[in-house]
Formats: sequence, C-alpha cells, structure tokens
Amino acid sequence: MRFLLAALLAALPPWATAQGTAGRDLAASCAQCHGTQGRSVSTEVGALAGLPKEHIVSRMQAFKDGTRPATVMHQLAKGYSDTQIDLIAGYFAAQRR
Amino acid sequence: MKRRDFLKLSAALPLAGCATPGAAKARVVVIGGGYGGATAARYIHLWDPGIEVVLVEREEAFTSCPLSNLVLGGSRTMQEIRHSYDGLRRRGVQVVRDEATAVDAAKKTVRLARGAELRYDRLILSPAVDFLFSEIEGYGGILHAWKAGEQTMALRRQLEAMRDGGVYVLSIPLAPYRCPPGPYERACQVAHYFKRAKPRSKLVLLDANPDITSKGPLFKRAWEELYKGMIEYRANAKAVGVDAKSMTVRTDFDDVKGDVLNVVPPQRAADIALKAGLITHNDRWCDVDWRTLESKAVQGVHVLGDATLSASAMPKSGHMANAQAKVCAAAVIELLNGRAPNPNPVMSNTCYSFVSDKEVIHVASVHQYDARQHTILPVKGAGGVSAARSELEGAYAWSWARNIWADMLT
Repeated sequence: MRFLLAALLAALPPWATAQGTAGRDLAASCAQCHGTQGRSVSTEVGALAGLPKEHIVSRMQAFKDGTRPATVMHQLAKGYSDTQIDLIAGYFAAQRR
Repeated sequence: MKRRDFLKLSAALPLAGCATPGAAKARVVVIGGGYGGATAARYIHLWDPGIEVVLVEREEAFTSCPLSNLVLGGSRTMQEIRHSYDGLRRRGVQVVRDEATAVDAAKKTVRLARGAELRYDRLILSPAVDFLFSEIEGYGGILHAWKAGEQTMALRRQLEAMRDGGVYVLSIPLAPYRCPPGPYERACQVAHYFKRAKPRSKLVLLDANPDITSKGPLFKRAWEELYKGMIEYRANAKAVGVDAKSMTVRTDFDDVKGDVLNVVPPQRAADIALKAGLITHNDRWCDVDWRTLESKAVQGVHVLGDATLSASAMPKSGHMANAQAKVCAAAVIELLNGRAPNPNPVMSNTCYSFVSDKEVIHVASVHQYDARQHTILPVKGAGGVSAARSELEGAYAWSWARNIWADMLT
C-alpha cells in the first residue's frame, strides 16, 4: 500500500501537492465557461489548457485595463489580483490540451 | 454503516476501483445531484481519487433549471436540458438513486428512504429549496415550475391550451429566492411564445419585491422593445392567497384573475436540511463557513447552493452552486488528509438570461474571502451586466451550459 501510494504521488502533477493547490483552486472558477481544467467542450468559448502562461497573463491584463473589449471577461478579470492571474495562467499552461 | 447494508449497496452498485469492505478509505456522501452536489462529487473524485464518493439523488437524470424557461416558452425541448448521471458513474462516483430522510451527525450516518444507512466521514448537502406553501392561502392545484421537470412540462401544456387573448399570471415571492433573474426571463419566454402563437394574450407579473431584483434596466428595455403591451409589471404585489377554482391570485390590494396561474411560493432550504438541524436563519437558510462550506450548526456537514444563507451579493444560482462546490471539494480533501483548507477561496458567478429565443443578457460577479470580516465579499469594481442584449451572448450562454454540464457530470 505504501509503495502504491509513493508511486501515485510520483505520478501526480505538481499542483496536486498539499501546498500547490492555489492555482488549481483559482482556475476551477474558469471551468464553468472554459471547461474542466481548461478543456472547453464548445467552439464558441476557447480552451485554456496548454496555452502559454504569458499569453493568458497578457490577455487577462488587457481585459482588466479595458484595452481588449469583451462581453463579460473585462468584468470578471477585474475580480482577480495580479498574483492570482499569474497562478491561474501557470495552472492552465501546465495542463495538457 | 451496517455490514448488511454495505453488502446490499455493493451488490446494487459497482464499487470504485479496488475498494474492499473494511479498507480505511475515507468516504464522502453527497446529497443532491444538482449544480452543487454533482460538481462536489465530480471534483472530489477528480482532485483526490483516493476518496470514496457516494452521490444520493432521487431523480434518475439531472434536469437543468437554467434554460428551462426556454422549454416553457417552447423554443427548446426537455431533452436538451436533461442529462444522465452515467458520466459520473463511469468516473467511479457511486450514484445511488434514493432520497435521504435523516442525518445522524453524531454517528456520521445518513438514512435513506429505501432503508439503507450510509456511513460518512464528511457529508455534503446540496438539497436546494422546498416551498413554504402555507404562506399562500389556498395553494393547491397550481404550478410553480420552479424546479425543472414535470411541472415545467405541465405548465407548458397549460400555456398551449390557453385561448388567444388569455392572461398568464406569474407571481414571485420576496427575495431571497432561487434564481433572482429567473422570473423576468420567464416573462420574456412566455411573451415570446404569445407574440408568435397568441398575440392578443398578456402576462401579468406580480412581484412581491419593490422592483426587478436582477438586470432590471435590461429586462425593462427588452419588454418595451420586444413585447410592447404584452407584459404588465406590478411591483410590491405579494401573493397572499390563490383560488384554483375561480383562477384568482389574491394580493394585499386586489384580486387578479388569469387563464393560467403560475404562483412561485416563498422558499427555504429543503426539508432534509431542516431535519438535519442545519437551518440557522429565519427558519429558512443554512449559514456556512465560506472557506469550507461547513455548516455553522453541525460539524462535519457541509451545505451548498440555494440552501445556504447567501453571503453579500451572492445569488442563488447554478453557477454559484458549482463555484461553492469546488471550494467545498478542495476543503473536504484537505480536511480528510489532515491539512488546513485554503484560507482565501475565490468564487465567481455568471448568469445568462434569455430575453428572446436567441438574445441574452448577463450579470457577473467575483467573490473573495475576507479574513477580517469572516465572510466572502463581492470584489468592488469587478462584475457587472451586459451593455445590451445580444445574440453573441446567446451563443455564449449555450456554450456555458455545455461546459458547466460537462464540468459537473462527465
């Protein structure tokens, strides 16, 4: 059992460790529209899984400062701090597409 | 849980993986397979497959309340908003079709209607609301259709049978009730149907509230521009009685006659929450710690969704229940593994409302935990409503539905 557990832990992605769930937890609030772990099942709203971290950060910042027009993302992006946006982007960048 | 019952349950349901009776695997029981409960079950399994998850749901399939007004209005079908629990079963969540009738928090067991008793290490209740029928005198033989399903279809049939030139009376209770913009979307969908099929008909909206409770200017504009003269809105018009024989809704001021009566009664956390001693406020709602969604009344029991005492500016919506479920799932996993839960949870909400069969408006918000005030608060300057109704947001609304259904059920 202990051996199995060790093998399981080794196979887990880094966000799954006790201290590393902050990005995962924040990113879960994107899933309702962008899909579980950022894998959208629709074509109208894009997937976030596997996108480069810098791309997600700059897009969120552009929503936040109003330079990129949107229907709702400019309102949602303002709800997250820069640190939180960084964590969210890091999480999605680490997901397989 | 008695061994006999465990074996009964094991025989009825495939158990996850290599679980064996007697193995020290933590078990979470989730009551209610709606937006809150199904999401909690799905995410506990996703984030910690080592925890055994049992979801108790009395219906065979999930029926979405969001979008059910389109079924009432006739532009969409029931099949489009109903989804099976098989996706959760395939993942290894044990879905038990039964109804929870009692909780013993000291013994950590849940009693089910068919007799089984389920042991739990953590219990999550997402039971939604039940109705306070006694607050409306004479309530009986009337539909609310405020839980999507049989009543939605029955109300649709009444709408189809109504004569052209008839009156549809929709009555709404004082807030808080589930889905704040729901009644006004319903008015749009009924009027959309009238415009197409019964153009001389009218809807009277009796609102117990002093004004439209959500997206007010956007709804009023849609009523004016799309359904001129078809929707009569009356504020501060609380239904106090109803008579199905004379087809009358009584308010404090007058009697309103209709051809179809759709009276939505006031609501409280569902019966099982009452029985379990989870209701803490006004005999109606369950207060929780927003870091974990754990009940403030009963240890080891978490409450999600419409049944909770809403935090500031937090709507009773499916999206919100999904967000709460994820905070709860993360916390339950940490607690069962002997770690401290996330001290700063964040939740967001986006509610889409259809003002026609294609055009949509939204309201959105982001909520962050405030450690000083011990509650979760909307972020100032974030969130808001649509600039105007649009078909683009109509496409986004259906995209939202497909993604959130997949998020909770597959």
